[in-house]
Amino acid sequence: MSATSPIYISASQGWSSLAALFQQAPSSAPTSIFSPAGTPAHSAFTLSMLVLSITLAIFLVVAGLLLYVLLRYRHRSSAMLSVQEPAQIYGSNQIELSWTVIPALIAVVLFLATARVIFSTESAPKPVNALDVTVIGHQFWWEYRYPKLGVVTANELHVPVSGPSGAGQSIPTYLTMSSADTDHSFWVPRLAGKTDLIPNKVNTMWIDPQAPGLYLGQCAQYCGTQHAKMLLRVYADTPAEFAAWIARQQKPAAEDQTAAEGRAVFQHNACINCHTVAGTVATGRFGPDLTHVASRDTIASGAVPNTAANIRAFVNNPAYFKPGALMPPMHLNDHDLDAVTTYLTTLK
Amino acid sequence: MATQTPTQAVLDKTAQSKPRRLWLDTVHEWLTTVDHKKIGQMYIGYALVFLLVAGLEALLMRIQLAIPNNTFVSPQVFNRLFTMHGTTMVFFVGMPILFGFGNYLIPLMIGARDMAFPRLNAFSFWISAFGGILLYFSYLGGDGLYGAGSAPDVGWFAYAPLTARVFSPGHSTDYWTLSLLLSGIGTIGTALNIVATTICMRCPGMKLNKMPLLVWLYLVTSLMVFVAVSPLTAAQIMLLLDRYLGSHFFDTQAGGSALLWMHFFWIFGHPEVYILVLPAFGFASEIIPVFSRKAIFGYPAMVAATIGIGFISLSVWAHHMFTVGLGAWGNTFFTFATMIISVPTGIKIFNWLATLWGGRIHLVVPMLFAVGFLFQFLIAGLTGIMLSAAPFDWQLGNSYFVVAHFHYVLVGAILFMIFAASYYWYPKMTGRMMSEKLGKWHFWLFLIGFHLTFDFMHIPGILGMPRRIYTYEADRGWMILNMIVSSGAVFQTIGSLIFVYNLIRSYFNGEIAGPDPWDAWTLEWTTTSPPPVYNFATTPSVESRRPLWDLKHPEDPDSSYE
Repeated sequence: MSATSPIYISASQGWSSLAALFQQAPSSAPTSIFSPAGTPAHSAFTLSMLVLSITLAIFLVVAGLLLYVLLRYRHRSSAMLSVQEPAQIYGSNQIELSWTVIPALIAVVLFLATARVIFSTESAPKPVNALDVTVIGHQFWWEYRYPKLGVVTANELHVPVSGPSGAGQSIPTYLTMSSADTDHSFWVPRLAGKTDLIPNKVNTMWIDPQAPGLYLGQCAQYCGTQHAKMLLRVYADTPAEFAAWIARQQKPAAEDQTAAEGRAVFQHNACINCHTVAGTVATGRFGPDLTHVASRDTIASGAVPNTAANIRAFVNNPAYFKPGALMPPMHLNDHDLDAVTTYLTTLK
Repeated sequence: MATQTPTQAVLDKTAQSKPRRLWLDTVHEWLTTVDHKKIGQMYIGYALVFLLVAGLEALLMRIQLAIPNNTFVSPQVFNRLFTMHGTTMVFFVGMPILFGFGNYLIPLMIGARDMAFPRLNAFSFWISAFGGILLYFSYLGGDGLYGAGSAPDVGWFAYAPLTARVFSPGHSTDYWTLSLLLSGIGTIGTALNIVATTICMRCPGMKLNKMPLLVWLYLVTSLMVFVAVSPLTAAQIMLLLDRYLGSHFFDTQAGGSALLWMHFFWIFGHPEVYILVLPAFGFASEIIPVFSRKAIFGYPAMVAATIGIGFISLSVWAHHMFTVGLGAWGNTFFTFATMIISVPTGIKIFNWLATLWGGRIHLVVPMLFAVGFLFQFLIAGLTGIMLSAAPFDWQLGNSYFVVAHFHYVLVGAILFMIFAASYYWYPKMTGRMMSEKLGKWHFWLFLIGFHLTFDFMHIPGILGMPRRIYTYEADRGWMILNMIVSSGAVFQTIGSLIFVYNLIRSYFNGEIAGPDPWDAWTLEWTTTSPPPVYNFATTPSVESRRPLWDLKHPEDPDSSYE
């Protein structure tokens, strides 16, 4: 899963050996910033190779000199007072000027290269076919809204896979981000650098995954007790898969008759104060939208796989998987717990 | 060259008498003292205690993170641990230990009998000490009425709105706020004292351009304290108003701004890094020349670079905020400012290198730590350049790479120089040498531990591991690296304990040092070890930056070159 665009391959050729260390199969390093799979991550990667090569060169020169000086001028006798002190040299304007001017020139070159990448990422014009998604950070889960498509979901972001940027078939996804409570940060290393979600402020970023698949990440700004398990999952779907996913998510919640009892328990308890199940009385906004919760691979913001047993354990006591989660333990009896679990698993 | 008052004349030959006293008298003397040397030592001792406490907190965190999904501590406890570790290390270890050395050394180095305002000095120490105690009292008092809290758990930069009462009930955040407020008052008091002492109390002949570099670095640090600590104090007061009097500066639920807190905090927080590192540069600028047996190379450039760092460091704060949505122009400006600060910093490294060049390098323990400092500060500077490139920082910011970078500065550079300074000036403070053998054990264990921990800590950041998580997923490929990082903590712990043992043992059994054990050149080495209360029997007068060199080499004094 290395670079798909030839530009990036040529730019990082000299570094392939070092980069290979980090560009292992994504299965062993699924969140490495050195195996980029989207344009913003690629440009950061290319820049990082330039910065790394310059800093490595500086390191080799200065550390080499330092090592040489230590070996060459080390005094081996233990006596502190030597008969003859070495020649005292108080400075040299020419030499000092050279090690002021040369680093300054290096800094300017690096700055110009960096400024280019800053503008190419942050001031990229938004294509007309871009997909819009609103991301809202919550303690400790992600809300995703597709305003033009009428879809609301949580924790698992689906976006269409995008062609190489500028090739005409790119469908980038533009994320409009804010927070419902504390500061969060959206970081999926293989797709892009992070952008913070700050209450009372709207930030934007864009991603364009170049290959279908699942991209992992997690919240990167300390947001409270359970910051660690505020995990991110971005699914890059082929256009057909994406269209099918959207069509499924646009439907109201499934009304499975076998789960009528569980639905009644759900609707007669506090569940509906915080959760929405579209087309029912449940319209709460404080917790994740559960309309299609059974279509997701994980629950609790990626903390555990979406199985009936895990759902049951989570509803019974959310702190079992996520200490500090804001959902209270529901104190249902075993019968009701089973019924609700059945109901939730039917919400495909 | 005319020597009106030969430095020899100020060598105090008075015999030191040691009257037998009740221990209560001793305690009373330390509690009420206004002597800069005693206050300096209390600052250092107090900081060492907190160094052990905050080090223990780090050790607990490393045990928790050694393996994924560990349950050694709960998330609540872990969040308190990193908050207390960061807050303690910056405000109650770094600041007091550096001010301790400053307090002790500055009057001795400029030939003064005390600081300009001795009682302000004592006040500053005690108020800072009270701040640190208050912070730890939160473990008992933080519960408040709600039973929520205990110690602060909002992180050492306590971003809004996590500190709002709705997200942080109880009193833990109040303890954090008040302890920083108090220590800030102490910090400003001591900075004021250092500036006044340096400007007004130098001995005859010691013009500004004849001051030891250490004094210059403390002068610039103290001036930076005025600019940096004031916004922090203001922000703490605003936070208290938000929490208790219904204002909405940072209360985002009522239209306040989370960004405002970040600006306030980092306009303090970034200069703060330089406030901590400049004194370490000062130690290096005294220790490296003495053990290379050469004058510092390019004294004027070193002073100019220090002042340059002081100014530029006030315009780099938002490089902590590259991901908050400052916009392309904002990010570009702060990238530029941050990259350009590497120039004066580079000058310093090159000048130390040139000081070593052609010298006769004695690798005794203080110099070993100084050499470690040079290598590590070089690497810390280079990873700093990586982080200054905003798009690279969008990836690395708030990851373990950043944690590794700033620990390279704070431990690899600052703590190494604090160790160097301890070994170097301990003979002056106690009259006895520290054990060289134990010192070497301390150095090598700590060096190995440091590199195991902080070299390997960069890589999980590159592999996507964010900071401040109490546990991590097993499938991310971070486990082996975290194991190595945690194993380094064990070496550092053992090294630190050897250091503490060496401090105590040498006080009773160390070799007698005499006034000038290192054959050094600055004024503190003209007086006895430990110096008498009045420092110098008569006010010395100097003609060059190295008065003792002039004395020891009357045929070839510095004063004929400067």
